[in-house]
Amino acid sequence: MIELDAFRAETRAWLEANCPASMRTPVASEEDMCWGGRDFVFQSQDQRLWLERMAARGWTAPEWPAEYGGGGLSHDQAQVLREEMARIGARPPLVSFGVWMLGPALLKYGTEEQKRKFLPPIVRGEIRWCQGYSEPGAGSDLASLQTRAEDRGDHWIVDGQKIWTSYADQADWIFCLVRTDPEAPKHLGISFVLFDMKTPGVSTRPITLISGKSPFCETFFDGVRVEKENLVGELNRGWDVAKYLLGHERAMIGAMGQAANARPLGELAAERLGRDDAGRLDQPMLRARLAEFDVDAFAFDAALEETGAALAAGRAHPAMASVLKYYGAELNKRRHELLMAAGGSDALEWEGARSNGGAAARDWLRTKANSIEGGTSEVQLNIIAKHLLRLPGA
Amino acid sequence: MLTEEQTLLLEAAGGFFAEQAPVALRRRVRDDRKSKGVDAGLWRAMGEMGFAGVLVPEADGGSGLGPVEAGLIALAAGRTLAPSPFLSSGVMAAAALAGGGEAERLGALAAGEAVIGLAVDEEGRHAPDRLTCQAEASGNGCRLTGAKTFVLDGAAADAFVVAAADAEGAGLFLVEGGADGLTRETDVLLDGSQSARLALEGAPAQRLGGADLVERFLSLGRACAAAEMTGLAEGVFALTGEHLRTRKQFGVEIGRFQALQHRAAHLFCEIELARAGTLKALRLLEADAADAAFAVAAAKAKAGQVAALAVQEAVQMHGGMGMTDEADPGLYMKRQRLLDRLLGDADQQRELAARALGY
Ligand SMILES: Cc1cc2nc3c(=O)[nH]c(=O)nc-3n(C[C@H](O)[C@H](O)[C@H](O)COP(=O)(O)OP(=O)(O)OC[C@H]3O[C@@H](n4cnc5c(N)ncnc54)[C@H](O)[C@@H]3O)c2cc1C
Repeated sequence: MIELDAFRAETRAWLEANCPASMRTPVASEEDMCWGGRDFVFQSQDQRLWLERMAARGWTAPEWPAEYGGGGLSHDQAQVLREEMARIGARPPLVSFGVWMLGPALLKYGTEEQKRKFLPPIVRGEIRWCQGYSEPGAGSDLASLQTRAEDRGDHWIVDGQKIWTSYADQADWIFCLVRTDPEAPKHLGISFVLFDMKTPGVSTRPITLISGKSPFCETFFDGVRVEKENLVGELNRGWDVAKYLLGHERAMIGAMGQAANARPLGELAAERLGRDDAGRLDQPMLRARLAEFDVDAFAFDAALEETGAALAAGRAHPAMASVLKYYGAELNKRRHELLMAAGGSDALEWEGARSNGGAAARDWLRTKANSIEGGTSEVQLNIIAKHLLRLPGA
Repeated sequence: MLTEEQTLLLEAAGGFFAEQAPVALRRRVRDDRKSKGVDAGLWRAMGEMGFAGVLVPEADGGSGLGPVEAGLIALAAGRTLAPSPFLSSGVMAAAALAGGGEAERLGALAAGEAVIGLAVDEEGRHAPDRLTCQAEASGNGCRLTGAKTFVLDGAAADAFVVAAADAEGAGLFLVEGGADGLTRETDVLLDGSQSARLALEGAPAQRLGGADLVERFLSLGRACAAAEMTGLAEGVFALTGEHLRTRKQFGVEIGRFQALQHRAAHLFCEIELARAGTLKALRLLEADAADAAFAVAAAKAKAGQVAALAVQEAVQMHGGMGMTDEADPGLYMKRQRLLDRLLGDADQQRELAARALGY
């Protein structure tokens, strides 16, 4: 406890001295986020500085071992760091699939060489990763994926197509599921490989979302050469790596359901829609829905604290990540439904500076994907029924 | 997360209630009107285990523990619907008497010998900020006039903690069961517990504390009621899970049907949230945190909503069997109804939560 208090004091002082003022304002849209990568254009000098300073301490990946560039913090220390960042409203220095998804998988399944090669550039935000899992014919039934990797001795030749690949057009490298044994049962013929998106034969075609944005792509592989040293885990056991990574992805998506020092929705709504003589939000029906939401958000935050810590410490069943993913995704959708209700007609704006480019409406539409990406809500319920409830045939 | 001691306490309490107070005990108490709605033997055994006096200071013969530990006992008791006066006496009366000067009574509470009824509601509703029961100073003590309803464990009680208003606002008062000017009428309730309606006409009473104490007493009671409802949801969900795994129709276990799997999985998530929210509220109470008031209201609202879902799904998924008095889901359903109502139902808690958040 005493060491933790000391760590908190140091962290607070360091953040105070090192987090630029403009990095303490809310992230208004995706454009404000720092994604890193070879081609990333920083929005401001402050954004670059903030990333560099945090990365130098390994605090873009606080809990990774220091030898791979991480912060080497304990779970409790990382929690303190999060709290102290939240206290001053600090933006995340880096938004990264490498940190959220690939890193944990490499730490568990990667060779020493792979860890040394791939982890430090992730921490520094130098290499941006994308996730090549889903295919046109393999969504919820991911294990039926068809992208082929043909053995050519010291390398494979990969042919096939991925879809819904978030930011494939902006990513430097991809972690990708490929079929290395077409004869084996579907879960046992898949391998987990890494390759550069600049490799000849890789092409992407952006897909526009209902939010009008285009954050994901169709990704095509046409005779792509992949080195064997870039196989993660065992040959044909890529499904284990894939599932482990999904656990981290799900916990991360679940955390989006967290209220995270946001202002109470009711306050926002009252500002816009007015208060009655007793000071209550002037729309009793909306007020009741908001209260139901706030009760759930409170309980979800508590579950995230409790179960998130247990998951990180390996003391919870891995399928508990599905509980957080399912509930967090549905909760975040509800939050944005309510934000639209609280926003009045202004929330309908699609363009222009006043509405920050239609952020409210576009964010609302984007959240509809929360219960689809990373495995749908129905799939999470299937996992819970099978692994946590042990229901027959699930 | 629970500390090691708290985990052990929860395990011990879970084992104790499973053995000493299975659901069959509530059924027996319900069927025996002379029981007055509680099992005296169970309450004494809870005294021996240190559960009855969990909040009573060690100097007075109790365990001297805090809200989290009290909540864990309530949670374990909820799983089997244990028919004890723990909420009224072990939690709320102990909190009300914490002001001191009642060493003997606290000792009897901790031993599981005293039962103290909880007289807050009036005219069938919970509105502690609009009390009509009045207290007037008289000699060393005071006298109470008014009427109380839904007095929890009122039939078995040998004394009452009564919420009433005096010149300073809301306060808590202790009234002896046999006091002059007090009449008690017993009500048998749906869960087999027996409450009372009290008529007070200048009944002698002793003042225990004012608005601050009322606040703390209500918060603690609500948080522990949330804990009992969480346990209740866990208990009835375990029955449902077992039924889904064993009952066969169309030649297979009904738990194979995805329509039921998804509802059960959703309920599992909800119970997870109810438990986390309740523990968080108990911890904030323990720390006397500024946001404890919101957290307690939110936790009780959540536990109430989740437990309601758990009992309804239990009856539905048990089919016709779920509708019988012989099966247990119905007992859970009735107790849930009472606990949700107690100290303000989920709607009222959401109202409190909204106010606490400033809208
Ligand atoms: C914004 C966004 C970003 C994404 N980013 C990526 C990415 O970066 N990389 C990547 O690989 N993928 C990504 N995905 C893809 C995502 O993982 C898939 O969309 C998802 O797994 C669902 O697959 P599907 O779209 O083929 O839907 P389907 O599997 O066809 O599902 C259609 C409907 O059927 C239901 N359903 C399917 N099977 C069952 C079942 N067994 N029981 C009950 N219901 C069922 C589903 O729940 C859903 O409601 C992204 C998706 C979105 C929306």
